[in-house]
Amino acid sequence: MITVEQRAEFRTHFRYNVGRRLVIDKIVKGIVFACVVMAIIPLGSILLEVFTNGSAALSIEFLTQIPGAIGTGEGGISPAIQGTLLLIGMSSLIGVPIGILSGIFLSEFGDNRYGKAIRFFNDVLAEFPTIVIGIFAFLVIVLVFGNFSLWAGTFALSIIMLPIITRTTEESLKLVPVTYREAGFALGIKRWAVITRIIIASAKSGMITGIMLAVARIAGETAPLIFTILGSSQFFSGFDGPMDALPLRIWRISMLPYDSAQAQGWGAALVLILIVLSINIGVRYVFLRKSGGAFRFRSVRRRL
Amino acid sequence: METITKAPNAVNLIENKKYKLVAEDIVASYDNVIAVKNVTMKFKEKAVTALIGPSGCGKTTFLRCLNRMHELSKNAKISGRVLLDGEDLYSNHQDPIINRRKIGMVFQKPNPFPTMSIYDNVAAGLKLNGLRNKTILDEIVKGCLEMVYLWDEVKDNLKKPGMSLSGGQQQRLCIARALAIQPEVLLMDEPASSLDPIATQKIEEMMNELKKEYTIIIVTHNMQQAMRVSDYTGFMYLGELIEFGETKQIFENPLKEITAKYVQGQFG
Repeated sequence: MITVEQRAEFRTHFRYNVGRRLVIDKIVKGIVFACVVMAIIPLGSILLEVFTNGSAALSIEFLTQIPGAIGTGEGGISPAIQGTLLLIGMSSLIGVPIGILSGIFLSEFGDNRYGKAIRFFNDVLAEFPTIVIGIFAFLVIVLVFGNFSLWAGTFALSIIMLPIITRTTEESLKLVPVTYREAGFALGIKRWAVITRIIIASAKSGMITGIMLAVARIAGETAPLIFTILGSSQFFSGFDGPMDALPLRIWRISMLPYDSAQAQGWGAALVLILIVLSINIGVRYVFLRKSGGAFRFRSVRRRL
Repeated sequence: METITKAPNAVNLIENKKYKLVAEDIVASYDNVIAVKNVTMKFKEKAVTALIGPSGCGKTTFLRCLNRMHELSKNAKISGRVLLDGEDLYSNHQDPIINRRKIGMVFQKPNPFPTMSIYDNVAAGLKLNGLRNKTILDEIVKGCLEMVYLWDEVKDNLKKPGMSLSGGQQQRLCIARALAIQPEVLLMDEPASSLDPIATQKIEEMMNELKKEYTIIIVTHNMQQAMRVSDYTGFMYLGELIEFGETKQIFENPLKEITAKYVQGQFG
């Protein structure tokens, strides 16, 4: 037992060292604030740079025309916009359902050996260099079918999407308190209905964030596209032909030694950022507007 | 306390008629801790039975065995039989999901579904089980909210989120939600433990109304509450059912010394 004298002594220990703790509190607050500023500076400066350099290149022609002759500064990036939108759409059609279902499996049924194994390989896949996935798509699709194609690009990008969506879905579902599940089961609701109508409804915000991270990630992927869709200056002509995409176009034209091409590169980068941003905001608006405060603006992580 | 013979043969089927729910030889454990040791208990139809006992004596676990919620917990094990109208809930041909529709449950902490409105919360059990008829849904929602004396407070705000209500209102909403699936038995796990005296009183009044129609089993830490609301009381201690009888007898004239000590507040 602690005696009365000891207690009095302990009291002096934590009542009269307030000054020191206030100082530590201020220092930690300062460090946290400085870190936030340091994280925002690169983001802000990238956005500023892209906007100032890219807005000059924007015009109706730039957005609707196929690329002109190299070095002339004429033409546009329309096929690349088309290709990026197609790639995002098709990869999402494949990657999002499979990713969400795997996430549900891991969270609801994955508390066993299979779950652990899948979780492990999923994490490994998430850390895979994307260029390796590009080479893999090249081997199994491009070489087998004999040509570069939109299919191959879709295949590679949906593989890149999968682990991100699976992991974020699993984590968001696990955050839903067990009391909601129990309440559902106690009402005699079938397990599948409890998962889809109660748990997913509560975890929607986190799942959408995960999907948007994955979309932003694949929208900026360049390396796997070199091996799969190759690049082209023509409009879409079929899923089995080569295609252009914005990151590929940016990479190609910004390496050219012409000022006009580099200006177009900046323009294409701006268009890419605007596309990702508007998909993000649009999806959030459509899916999350009902749940009141859940509509939050999140900066999109860019990787190029 | 009477003992029950093993199989529900013709003779004790008749005897079971006045008993809505019979639990036989329930042994339940989780994480290798045995929480309920061989408890046998019979619950009369249209009566309130209270389970009292100190914390950790297995009341809640026992209650969760009665509608097969216990087996959903991690590493949970259970043996014994639970007979609802003479049919064993744990026999192989019984679907736990169907039986949970017959045996409703109210939890210790209010847990309305966070993404649903007040209306949808009450209607959840029906809607998610496939009932789509709007007229019937409206009628049931209104009726259930009236039963828990919540209708007048929320009738203009049915579209508001269930989470926007106060704690006591949320708990009554959860009871309405449990009643909406038209159960025959209602299990209540300390429904008033997080409520203030006024909300508690409302819930107790409501239980007096509900028992005309339902068989209610309530776990409570509050002995005054057990005395006020229940017709029968069971005292559990260290996972065993020590004494079970009419509430009046348990509180005024307990047979066992340990029961007497507990109800007089000498330990707990």
